[in-house]
Amino acid sequence: MSVVVGQQFSNGFAAVSLIDLIVFVIASGMVLGGAVGVIASRRPVHAALSLVLTLFGVAVHFVAMEAHFLAAVQVIVYAGAIVVLFLFVIMLLGVDQAEDLRTERLPIQRPLAAVMGLGVVGLLIAAIVASRNTAPLSVGVGLDVAGQATADGAIVENDANIRQLARNLFSDNVFAFELTSVLLIVAVAATVMLTRRERKPVDDEAAT
Amino acid sequence: MIAAIEPTSTWYLILAAVVFGIGAVGVMVRRNPLVMFMCIELMLNAVNLSFVALSRRLGDIGGQTAVFFVLIVAAAEVVVGLGIIVSILRRRPGATADDLSELRG
Repeated sequence: MSVVVGQQFSNGFAAVSLIDLIVFVIASGMVLGGAVGVIASRRPVHAALSLVLTLFGVAVHFVAMEAHFLAAVQVIVYAGAIVVLFLFVIMLLGVDQAEDLRTERLPIQRPLAAVMGLGVVGLLIAAIVASRNTAPLSVGVGLDVAGQATADGAIVENDANIRQLARNLFSDNVFAFELTSVLLIVAVAATVMLTRRERKPVDDEAAT
Repeated sequence: MIAAIEPTSTWYLILAAVVFGIGAVGVMVRRNPLVMFMCIELMLNAVNLSFVALSRRLGDIGGQTAVFFVLIVAAAEVVVGLGIIVSILRRRPGATADDLSELRG
């Protein structure tokens, strides 16, 4: 949503802004609740399902920020592929025994982790708040928003976000895009090598 | 008036910072390697959220392109990492991060 569209919303009908607020609060609750569930649940399966909740909340935020293609990809790739891969590994290995969260081998580890986490969050929020009113760098040309009227009155297409993303991806970043195919091939080959079961010759003779 | 309050990109950035902190604490606290991996995914998602928020604030589609590449690299990373975890846990069932000080089987 560009700045112009936001002004249109707040001037034209204020109810849209209220709906934005409600969506933000609910989706943030999903994201934070899922994130706490990932680090606080004792069983890995529960942690994986909490991760799904977080990923769906992030997808809702993407929709609210007019990044429709990324929202779809977030659901398909993250919730559909990566979490299912986690669940496959948990089920196949049978490592779903509950971890005892109360005992800690290093006694200072947990307070130290809390202090460091709070420090990181505090520094980030301080930097964000300090720079919230700085003038934006004039790098962008504006985002096309689905179904919105542009400045000259023409209605852009409903898939304007995908068109703009594709134009950027296949013109400016096409070399990096090609390199990702190499990365995926290397990852698949490495996984096949890593998880290959080495056959023992004794077992072969016993089998035959 | 409450209708005048609109979620700006600063709100999204603060939310992303909090989620990143939760993920970082999870990596430092949890001992199950699978759950540590999920916490890394949490941190990647927080960064994705801030990328999209800044893309909207600056009016530049390049932030969303960066999220696309982060997704691809995260998928490749999960594939390789889970392969390593599977091959480790197959030799040593029930191993936690405290037991795994080296990658040699």
